[in-house]
Amino acid sequence: MSTLLDVQQLASQRAGRTLFADLSFTLNAGDVLHIEGENGAGKSTLLRSLVGLVELQAGTIRFFPEQLPFAQEWRQHTLFMGHKPAVKAELTALENVRLQAQLTAVANVDAWQLLETVGLLGLEDLPAGQLSAGQQRRIALTRLWYSKAPLWILDEPFTALDTRGIDLLQQRFAEHTAQGGAIVMTSHQALTWRPEQLKRIRIQGGEL
Amino acid sequence: MWRWLHPYAKPETVYHLLGRWLPWVTAGAVLILGGGLVWGLLFAPADYQQGDSYRIIFIHVPSAMFSMSIYVSLAVAAFIGRVWQLKMADWALAAIAPVGAVFTFIALFTGAVWGKPMWGTWWEWDARLTSQLILLFLYIGVLALYYAFSDNRTGAKAAGILAMVGVINIPIIRYSVEWWNTLHQGATLTVFERPPMANSMLFPLLTCILGFALLAAALIFQRMRTEILRQELRRPWVKNVLQVSPTTGEQR
Amino acid sequence: MTQPANWSALTAVMRRDLMVVMRRRSDILNPLLFILIVVSLFPLAVGPGPDILGRIAAGVIWVAALLSALLGSERLFREDYLDGTLEQLTLQPQPLALLAFGKIAVHWLLSGLPLVILAPVCALLLKLPIAGWSTLLATLLVGTPILSAMTAIGAALTVSLGRGGALLSLLLLPLFIPLLIFASGAVEAALVGTAAWPQVLLLAGLSLLTLLLAPFAVAASIRVSVN
Repeated sequence: MSTLLDVQQLASQRAGRTLFADLSFTLNAGDVLHIEGENGAGKSTLLRSLVGLVELQAGTIRFFPEQLPFAQEWRQHTLFMGHKPAVKAELTALENVRLQAQLTAVANVDAWQLLETVGLLGLEDLPAGQLSAGQQRRIALTRLWYSKAPLWILDEPFTALDTRGIDLLQQRFAEHTAQGGAIVMTSHQALTWRPEQLKRIRIQGGEL
Repeated sequence: MWRWLHPYAKPETVYHLLGRWLPWVTAGAVLILGGGLVWGLLFAPADYQQGDSYRIIFIHVPSAMFSMSIYVSLAVAAFIGRVWQLKMADWALAAIAPVGAVFTFIALFTGAVWGKPMWGTWWEWDARLTSQLILLFLYIGVLALYYAFSDNRTGAKAAGILAMVGVINIPIIRYSVEWWNTLHQGATLTVFERPPMANSMLFPLLTCILGFALLAAALIFQRMRTEILRQELRRPWVKNVLQVSPTTGEQR
Repeated sequence: MTQPANWSALTAVMRRDLMVVMRRRSDILNPLLFILIVVSLFPLAVGPGPDILGRIAAGVIWVAALLSALLGSERLFREDYLDGTLEQLTLQPQPLALLAFGKIAVHWLLSGLPLVILAPVCALLLKLPIAGWSTLLATLLVGTPILSAMTAIGAALTVSLGRGGALLSLLLLPLFIPLLIFASGAVEAALVGTAAWPQVLLLAGLSLLTLLLAPFAVAASIRVSVN
């Protein structure tokens, strides 16, 4: 079993408050890491510090295959999705999907096929701003169907999705882990799908 | 570089180190600046052209001199903060910038006061005064950005970037203002360019310059200590310091 | 990272920005109308005599351009920050400075270039003598990229604050001073019949320097802002 991510003694503070300290875990191929914690416990901060959006107070993060931390190369091996969907309200669903793919330099993306997969066929000509929050989320999630990154870091991926959307996403998660990928995610909803290699970490947060 | 800086990267160490130096620097500033000012204002001979009004140079020249170099030090601190990821270098911005801004303001104010008897007007669009005014705006910009963020550390980093952008622009601004001044035939009477000064005036001036340098250092040290406390407010060591001895922090 | 990937990301950023703004044309038009209105206020304030107007025309047009650049600066990064695009851009394998350059280029295309096109109308309204027209256009052409690049730095620094307006002018206007001085100086030189090209060349040099360095400052600022 190959290791994808190794985190040692991570610590973070936000506005003078210690969110977590001495946090260590490793992630192997096929792992799903579910990070739990109350609102404001520091789940998002943890995910954001994994990809370098938030500065670390202490600790080391190593990505495998071994590379320089936060160098350009590992960015290709990691896919991060935050709270915000990064979907442009003025552009149509189709344009959003295409530009997203072009930005990540994935050639030959069949945007129509992707829209069909996430169930947005028929809405492709509407500006994304006129779609619902869940539909915008689906546009953003199309990335998961063509990304070649082995490590997915997803902050509340189920937000605003209906049950069919959640099922669809979990199905995709299962495919990804079966192919040797790994997922770090936060979610307030319990997973209806039982991954084979599920790990849980609970962040307390808030202690001074 | 990193190895040398590393011991000083701990806020607590720096706080105590500055605390040890502060009394000496402050004493030096009071003695030398006080001495220089008494010497310059009371004992140095009057100027044969300007009479007593020239004596303002004992304040004007040192503050104008340091107003620019303090901005450069601001950018150097920001640069160190970025390249070596030294957060305290960013905090130094908050310590240095207000001192620089006040020096700039003093230089502007004394320049205007001096201008009244010399040019017959409080404000003249002279190249140096104009540059000084723009410098004051640059300082205010850095300070405004520093304190605009609710997260102190983000503010420090953002202000650092602005300071670096500013320092690249300063030579360009200076050059452009000088060129603009010649284009518009500004004041031809420059009180700033004078024949070589007599030693009886030069020595008190040099004393004042040294005194201003020490004053700047003392102010910056004190402000840096305050800023360290502000940024580290929730840390246990700060609580210890504040409980035991709020002023010196020596005995623990 | 391979070259095609860099190129693909750069064009994606530029295409996206172009498409978004083309659907919100008021974003292009409003700053231009602003300039036009500011310019038409001056004859009302100082009188319509051609001697006064002609002398201050270049300066007025440039000051109006600076102010309108500030006015339109928010759209550079604000939306991207709010909808999460900025965050994704910083996580791209491509250098962020390159993507920032793309955004600056689009901003110039949609604000700087229209300004150059509008300038003759302003010059006409302010009765700028014909001798100064070509120099005015030249200074605008080489000077507006500086405007876009510097505005991008300020906008990136203040994007997370939400209320950037007044702060932004405090940060940026002092840095625009050389631009203002050389540009209006060039036109003045043309009007009195001396050579204006040294100042225009100087501006072009400054413009190149700014376009070279500003993307890195913008990238650093974005990283600080998405923190």
